Amino acid sequence: MTSKEILKVRGLKTHFKSGKKVVKAVDGVDFEVKEGETLGIVGESGCGKSMTSLSIMRLVDEQGEISGDGVYFKDQNLLDKSEEEMRSIRGNQISMIFQEPMTSLNPVFTVGEQISESLRIHQGLNKSEAWKRSVEMLELVGIPSPEKRAKQEPHELSGGMRQRVMIAMALACNPSLLIADEPTTALDVTIQAQILDLLKKLQSEFNSAVIMITHDLGVVAETCDNVVVMYSGKVVEHTHVDQLFDNPLHPYTQGLLKAMPRIDEDVDELYAIEGTVPNPDNLPKGCRFAPRCPIAKDICHEKLPELTPLESGSKVRCFAYTDEWNKEESQNGDINKEAAPSQGN
Amino acid sequence: MFIFIVRRVLQTIPVLIGVSLVVFLIMQMVPGDPAVLLAGESATEEQVNQLRSQLGLDQPLYIQYFDYIKNVIQGDLGTSIRSNRPVLDEILVRLPVTIELAFWSIVVTVVLGLLAGVISATKQRSLTDVSIMVAALIGVSLPNFWLGLMLILYFSVQFQIFPVSGWGTFAHIVLPALTLGTSGAAIVARMTRSSMLEVIRQDYIRTAKAKGVKQRYIVYKHALKNALVPVITVVGLQFGALLGGTVLTESVFAINGLGRMIVDAIRMRDLPLVQGSILVVSALFVLVNLIVDISYKFVDKKVDLN
Amino acid sequence: MVTSTKKQPLLKVTNLKQYFPIKGGIFSRTVNHVKAVDDVSFTVYEGETLSIVGESGCGKSTTGRSILRLENPTSGEVRFNNINLLDLTKREMRAARKDIQVIFQDPFASLNPRQTVGRIIEEAMEILTDMPREKRLDRVKELLQQVGLRPEYAYRYPHEFSGGQRQRIGIARALATNPKLIICDEAVSALDVSVQAQVLNLLKKLQKQYNLTYLFISHDLGVVRHISDRVMVMYLGKVVEIGEKKDIFDHPQHPYTKALLSAIPEPDRTKRKERVILKGDVPSPINPPTGCRFHTRCPFATEYCKQNEPTIEQVGDKTNRVACFYAEELS
Repeated sequence: MTSKEILKVRGLKTHFKSGKKVVKAVDGVDFEVKEGETLGIVGESGCGKSMTSLSIMRLVDEQGEISGDGVYFKDQNLLDKSEEEMRSIRGNQISMIFQEPMTSLNPVFTVGEQISESLRIHQGLNKSEAWKRSVEMLELVGIPSPEKRAKQEPHELSGGMRQRVMIAMALACNPSLLIADEPTTALDVTIQAQILDLLKKLQSEFNSAVIMITHDLGVVAETCDNVVVMYSGKVVEHTHVDQLFDNPLHPYTQGLLKAMPRIDEDVDELYAIEGTVPNPDNLPKGCRFAPRCPIAKDICHEKLPELTPLESGSKVRCFAYTDEWNKEESQNGDINKEAAPSQGN
Repeated sequence: MFIFIVRRVLQTIPVLIGVSLVVFLIMQMVPGDPAVLLAGESATEEQVNQLRSQLGLDQPLYIQYFDYIKNVIQGDLGTSIRSNRPVLDEILVRLPVTIELAFWSIVVTVVLGLLAGVISATKQRSLTDVSIMVAALIGVSLPNFWLGLMLILYFSVQFQIFPVSGWGTFAHIVLPALTLGTSGAAIVARMTRSSMLEVIRQDYIRTAKAKGVKQRYIVYKHALKNALVPVITVVGLQFGALLGGTVLTESVFAINGLGRMIVDAIRMRDLPLVQGSILVVSALFVLVNLIVDISYKFVDKKVDLN
Repeated sequence: MVTSTKKQPLLKVTNLKQYFPIKGGIFSRTVNHVKAVDDVSFTVYEGETLSIVGESGCGKSTTGRSILRLENPTSGEVRFNNINLLDLTKREMRAARKDIQVIFQDPFASLNPRQTVGRIIEEAMEILTDMPREKRLDRVKELLQQVGLRPEYAYRYPHEFSGGQRQRIGIARALATNPKLIICDEAVSALDVSVQAQVLNLLKKLQKQYNLTYLFISHDLGVVRHISDRVMVMYLGKVVEIGEKKDIFDHPQHPYTKALLSAIPEPDRTKRKERVILKGDVPSPINPPTGCRFHTRCPFATEYCKQNEPTIEQVGDKTNRVACFYAEELS
C-alpha cells in the first residue's frame, strides 16, 4: 500500500472562454495515482472526466486554458514542460486509449504503420525493427494472424479488433501510465468483456498504472482499485472500490448506485436523482450537487464544501461529514438514514 | 478494385455517346448551309445539291449521325474545310501543345493551392490565413485574359524576364501556366483549407497527438492524406474549366494550341474542325474524370462510388 | 408479475424475414443478401413489455423497423389486432400508425428544430386523429404534464432542452395519438444513469396508466431487467431464447444468453460469478455460419451443431423456449 505515487494532480483547472462566458469544464481537481494501481474516474456526461485526462496530457485545444498547482508525473510538473518535452512523454511514458475505436485510428494508414510510428518516434527503431515489434504487439493483444492484420487498414477490422490495435499502440513503448477514456463504451458487452480481460492481463504484465475513465459502475467494479467520483468539474469522492459499493459517502454517489438498473435484482421503481446537471457556464454558488441533493441544508447552497479526508482513508466533498453539519438546522433528515443505499438483499 | 475500374470505364461509353450527340446536334443548329459554304459563292443550285448528296447531307438526321459515329470510331473526324486536311491530323498537331500547357497549369493549381490551403489551415485565424484567403478570393475573381495581359505587361514588357508570346522553351510556359492555373489554385486553396480544418478535428488526429507525433508530421502525414479526397474532385473539375481557359490564354499568348485553333475554326465556319475538336476536348474531360474517380479509390478505400 | 397466458395477443409476428440486397459485380446485380432478420416469430400480449436484447447486428432494431413498415419485409406476417400489417396499403398503414408509435434513441434527430414542442406534439394528432383543433392545445399541455414537463414548454423549441427532457418530449409525441403499442428502440441508451432512471420510471408509470404495450429494444440488460415482463434474446437475425424475465435472467438456458449475462460487469462483488468470455466477433450476417449460427463462438458446440439448425423449443420446467440442441443437458 505504500507504493510510490506516479501521478499527483493538484488543483487542476481547465476553463473554456467563449465571449463573456467561462465554461469551467474542470474546476480544481485533486487526485493521485500510485504505481501499478488502477484508478477509476466515474461520472456522468459533462462532469469533466474526459477533459481531466486530456488536460493531464495537455491535449486540450487552444480555447481551453489549463491552470492549477500542478500535474506531477514522476515528480515533474507537466504544466511547466515545453511542448517539445510533452511530445516525448506522450505515447511514451503516458499513453491514451480513446472511446471510439471506429474513428480513433487513421483510416488511410495500415494498423502496422500506426503502431510502428510510436516505436520509431520514441524508441528510435528503424522501419523493419518497428514493424517486427508492431506485429509482436498485435499478437500480444490477441489478434489472430498478426502479420496479415498489420498490413490491413482500420476499416477492414471490427470494432473490438480496432480497440485491441489501440491498446497495442498505447502499450508499444511500455508506458508507466495508461489513460483509458471509456475504452469499452462503444463496444458490445461480449466484446467489452474481452477487452477488459485483456487490459487486466496486460496491466499485470506491463505493470503500468491505469486511469480508467468510465460512466459504467460495473466496469469500475471489475477493473479498479480506487475510484474518483466527479460531478460538475469537481471531485466529490475519492475512495477504495470496495468502499464505493459497500459504503458510498457522497449523496451523489449514493444516488448513482441506486439509479442503476441491476441485472440481478428487481425493483418496482428505480431511485432517480431529480433535476439535471448544472450548466457549466452558470454554476450554483454552493455545493454543485445541492440543487439535486435530498439532504441539502442551507449551508450547502451557500458555501462550497472542501474535499475532506476521513479516518477510513476516503475523501468526500460534503458538509454532512464535517462538524458544521450538526450545527445546521436539519431540513431533510440525516444522511445515513435517508440517503444511504438499501442493503436489503 | 479491378471490377470497379472495368465498370467505371464502361460507364464512360454512354457519356461519350451523349457528348457526341449533343455536339452533332449543335452543329446542325448553326445557321448557314455547309453545302453552300463549301461549294462557294459562284456555285449553281445544281452543284450545291450534288455536293449535298455527296456529303450525305440530304439524308435524315439519324442516318447522318450514325455515319458520323461510324467514321469517328474509324478515326475519321472529317476534313477541314479551310485547309482540306483531315481534322484528326489538324488536332494531333495542336493537341500536344495544349496538353503541355494544361499539365503545367494543373501543376500550378495543385502545388500553389495545396500549399496555400495547408498553411492557411494550420494558422487558422492568423494574419497569414486571412491574407491567403483574401488572395484566393482575388485569384478566383480575376478574369484570366486580364491576368495574362498584366503578367505580360510586368514580367515580359517591363522586367523582360519571360518572353511575351510563342511556344518552345520552358520560359514560354511560365506565364501562360500561371495565367491558367491561378484561379484553380485559389479554389483548391479554399477547398484544402476547409477540408484540412475538418480533418484536424477528427479523433485520429487526437490519437496522433497523444502518440507524441510532431506537429509537422500530423499536418503533412496524418491530416493531408485524409484531406485530399475532396480536393481531388475539385482538381478534376478544375481541369474542365482549364480546357475552357486555354481558348483565351492561347489567344493572349499567341500559342498554337487546340484552343486557339477552335477559335479560328469558329471564325472561319470550319464546322468539321470545330465539331472534331470539341469532341476530342470532351473525351479528354471524360478521361480526366475517370482518372480522378480511380485515384479517389486509392486515396480513400472506403469511398463507395457505386 | 402476472403470467401472460391470460392476456390477449396484441402483436403476433410470424416467420418474419428482412433481407437487404447487396449489389456487386460489373452490372450491379444482387449478388447476396444481408440476412438482418431471418425467420423470427414471437407474440406480444396486451399490456406487457416484451424486450428484444442482443448485440449490434443481431437484428433487434430491424425487427422493430420491419413491424412499423419502415423497411419492406421480405416475407412473413405481422398481425396487429389480427390484421396483417404487411398486407396493408400505404394509406391503410398510415391509419394503423395511430395505434403503433415509436420512440427512438436520439430524440433530437427526430424533433424538427424549427417547430415548437407544442406543434411537434400536435402534428401527430392532426395527421392521425380527428381531434378538433381547439382541443388539441389542451391535450398537448396535458401530455406535457403527463411526461413531467411544464405545460408552458409547448411554446419552446427542442434545442432549449436537455437530453432527458427531449426524450420526454418524444414520449409525449408518441402518446399523442393514444396508441396501443409503443416500440422503444434504444429509447434510454443515450441518457446518463440518473436521467435514465427518471425516464424508465416514467415509462413504467405511463404503462400502468394507459395500459400500454411496449416492445422494448435495448442492448442494456440492466434496463431490460427493470422494464420487461418477458425477454427475447436475438443473435445474428435469429431468436435464440425467449421467456419470462425472471427465467431468462435467473435461469438462462442458451449458451449465448448465459455468456451475454455473464459478460456484464457486476458492481456487487459478493455476487461475482464465473465469467464466460466468448472468443472472436459476431460473424457477418451476409454469410452466416451454417447450422446453429452461434456455433463459431459457442464453448459447447459439436460437429452436429455445424450441420443442423436447431428449432426453438420449450426446455426445462420454466417458461424458457430455447434454440439449442444441448439446452437440456447443459442446464
